[in-house]
Amino acid sequence: MPNNSGTPIAKKSRAATIPPTKGLLGKSIGVGLATGFYGISFGALSVAAGLDIWQTMTLSLFMFSGGSQFAFVAIAAGGTPAIAAAITSAWLLGIRNGFYAIRMAPILKTLGLKKLVGAMLTIDESIAVATAERDLANQRRGFWWTGAAVYLFWNLATFMGALVGEALGKPETWGLDAAAAAAFVGLIWPRLRERQALIVAIIALAVATLVSPYVPAGMPVLLAGGVAVVFGLTNWFGKPGEQSIAAVEVPTGESKP
Amino acid sequence: MSVWLGVIIGAVAVYSWKALGAYVPQRFLERPLIARIASLLTVALLAGLIGIQGFTAGGQVQFDARVPALIAAGLLTWLRVPFIMMVAVSAAIAALLRAFLGWA
Repeated sequence: MPNNSGTPIAKKSRAATIPPTKGLLGKSIGVGLATGFYGISFGALSVAAGLDIWQTMTLSLFMFSGGSQFAFVAIAAGGTPAIAAAITSAWLLGIRNGFYAIRMAPILKTLGLKKLVGAMLTIDESIAVATAERDLANQRRGFWWTGAAVYLFWNLATFMGALVGEALGKPETWGLDAAAAAAFVGLIWPRLRERQALIVAIIALAVATLVSPYVPAGMPVLLAGGVAVVFGLTNWFGKPGEQSIAAVEVPTGESKP
Repeated sequence: MSVWLGVIIGAVAVYSWKALGAYVPQRFLERPLIARIASLLTVALLAGLIGIQGFTAGGQVQFDARVPALIAAGLLTWLRVPFIMMVAVSAAIAALLRAFLGWA
């Protein structure tokens, strides 16, 4: 952290002289490539779920949050009556990005348009790379470089995946329905370390599956979300004592938006 | 509601969290209860999606070729196989069971 004792000019030049952490740019691009690579599966699954290429691209360009995007297309596959539930599920899944944005605000200290762009790039990967750095200058570099790399490759890959998806035809023949379920397994995995999270996951999975014959399409996932609210309010099976914003953990190691 | 309208509203809704977090005072969302519900909400929604996508078809509970594919997905993720490879292998298992063994 640069100290605050100097004049603004001195502070600026000092911050500028902190060299980039060795390998930071490569790490940012590597994370972007790895994440982008599985944007291919999003593009293909989105088209298989019935969206066209441009709807699929709009999601990647402007929703830009993997979990929310996968959820949206999976539920929207239930037809137009399910669209409202698809929006709601995607919205609720995006809540963690709000917590990331809170964490990044005092690090980025941006204003105006740059702040709005920074908000868009606030995703698992950019936060994971940024928070692994020790000084402010490199936390900022890590955030912007990774955010930009993921944005670029995620959108390129979505487009390629959508083209592939269009060429494939009936999704079940290629196991794309199984692929969509598998994608959710990959997304949830890093979040199951705590006992409470594991129990919530098992109950939520059972609730969504078992109520599905009796409620309209899209509702089962929202009812599963209710399980989180109940356990959150009561803290059943939770760790005693105060939990802080750190409870919204940033998955590291694997790269998933 | 049309798919296009849904795509646009959904995109704005998801972005709204990011913008909200960038502008609200830090203490506002820092309360433990809200942080805990937010964290569990991600887990519960994703788990619900596994249930719907993996074990139902057309609003009915159905166990088919997706079940072995999902077991493989869990194993491969546990083994730290890269995401795209894990997804591809899972899809291939379901596709092969359908093509050669006549699974649903």
